[in-house]
Amino acid sequence: MSENLSAIFYLISGILFILALRGLSSPQTSRQGNFFGILGMIIAITVTFLSIGNFSSGFIYVLIFLLAGGLIGTLIAYKIPMTAMPELVAGFHSLVGLAAVFVAISAFLNPEAFNLGSPGKIKLLSLVEMSIGGVIGAITFSGSVIAFLKLRGIMSGSPITFKGQHYINLLLGITIIVLIFYLCNTQSESIFWRMIGISFLLGFLLIIPIGGADMPVVISMLNSYSGWAAAGIGFTLENTALIITGALVGSSGAILSHIMCKGMNRSFFNVILGGFGATEQPSSSKHKDSKPVKSGNAEDAAFLMKNASSVIIVPGYGMAVAQAQHALREMVDTLKKNDIKISYAIHPVAGRMPGHMNVLLAEANVPYDEVFELDEINNDFANADVAFVIGANDVTNPVAKTDPQSPIYGMPVLDVEKCKSILFVKRSLSPGYAGVDNELFYRDNTLMLFADAKKMTEDITKNL
Amino acid sequence: MEIDPFIFRLSIFILSIFIGYYVVWSVTPSLHTPLMSVTNAISSVIIVGAIIAGLSGDSQNIFNSSSVFGFLAIFLAAINIFGGFLVTQRMLKMYKNKNK
Repeated sequence: MSENLSAIFYLISGILFILALRGLSSPQTSRQGNFFGILGMIIAITVTFLSIGNFSSGFIYVLIFLLAGGLIGTLIAYKIPMTAMPELVAGFHSLVGLAAVFVAISAFLNPEAFNLGSPGKIKLLSLVEMSIGGVIGAITFSGSVIAFLKLRGIMSGSPITFKGQHYINLLLGITIIVLIFYLCNTQSESIFWRMIGISFLLGFLLIIPIGGADMPVVISMLNSYSGWAAAGIGFTLENTALIITGALVGSSGAILSHIMCKGMNRSFFNVILGGFGATEQPSSSKHKDSKPVKSGNAEDAAFLMKNASSVIIVPGYGMAVAQAQHALREMVDTLKKNDIKISYAIHPVAGRMPGHMNVLLAEANVPYDEVFELDEINNDFANADVAFVIGANDVTNPVAKTDPQSPIYGMPVLDVEKCKSILFVKRSLSPGYAGVDNELFYRDNTLMLFADAKKMTEDITKNL
Repeated sequence: MEIDPFIFRLSIFILSIFIGYYVVWSVTPSLHTPLMSVTNAISSVIIVGAIIAGLSGDSQNIFNSSSVFGFLAIFLAAINIFGGFLVTQRMLKMYKNKNK
């Protein structure tokens, strides 16, 4: 196949990838979009085989590795529970990163296969491009591994900080740039390996200070990195499909990071520097016991909801932890039979990754047109009879609107307190991730339901 | 003077960033998780580089140091491609509206 013809096919596959993302603008078109993505991938792989043309020797091994990986990927895709999506995505990011590193290494060791010159005489621009691809790939890999371990709970979610951390990271970053410069001058293999090694270390150090609940930002950021790594390799290989994809994925991850940061009212820089949530606030827990709290049981909750005409449900990460989404849906079905209007309110940072809560509700057969974003539903709380908060905490705290001293001041929150009555399912009065006491617990119109989210929801259903 | 092909690639890259910017802002927030899994899958198009590397050995020496890294990269990227697209499809199937 001629170079020009394959370049056109790579362009087509790049366009199909754009359409794949475009399809996600609504649930109706999304499945077609995913199909475009698959088609684009098939075209890119087929064209690569045809343009090499040399099927004789290694081809069978290429197929073996392709099918082995494909089989494992398929098994993972069908086995993974939806609650584990954040760690799955982090794991996948690490694979893209490592693949980028491996391709950069191959290109460095055997530049002839990629038309980049001969070993020791690699074109300067190509050398810079493959270094950038390899470095970002390595950072993506080790960073995603840490994110995966933290999300999976293998590693503690609390931030690991030490003195001078940020200076060490800065120093490592500068070292990498200096090494790329030397690599261009010397083409030395040992410098190349050192550069990759330091990048792995940097990725690791960048993510350890970031706390568990900041993971939505971290995953989005690593998503973005994996895109830039792919783009770097795309420049090296002079491949349009890879350049387009890298740019798409890079900007997608950057936008998601931005949305997540805005959802927490924190700057991107603040999240990256980490350490948030490391220190408990002694001042807020001090007078906790002195304030009166109304607590109730499933019967009280069922009574309140039965007599309501509209209920807004506010799910949070705790619901996912307790696996309460199916029990919740059953409760809602019973309520609906009594002609009670139900809607769900989702905060941008509910869950451990962007859109996580929506997927969990969709899995529990909640129709997507009953689920609303913060901006869409916030005015409705004033007219609703009951707000049912399950597994959420900080995102409902009115303190974010009233107390400039609070660490979460300015964060957009759901106006739950405007509801006539609030049912708050929670295990205890402990503060949320931000370490801030939730003022909502002590309101007159709040009824605390101290129990496991799943058990409580089931009990309420029985009492309806 | 002729324009360096690099400039053309750079142009494609920058324009694609703009396309990405507008396309991703139009993605509905409820589909942000599938967005991440599908971007994961498509960024594994890096497999084209891995295939070139994997086929770079000759018949006497299929496994040279460069092609071994190629084969490993094919394996990793393939996990991602199949896993990413299929898990996205699985998620998207779950999104239903009231009428269905």
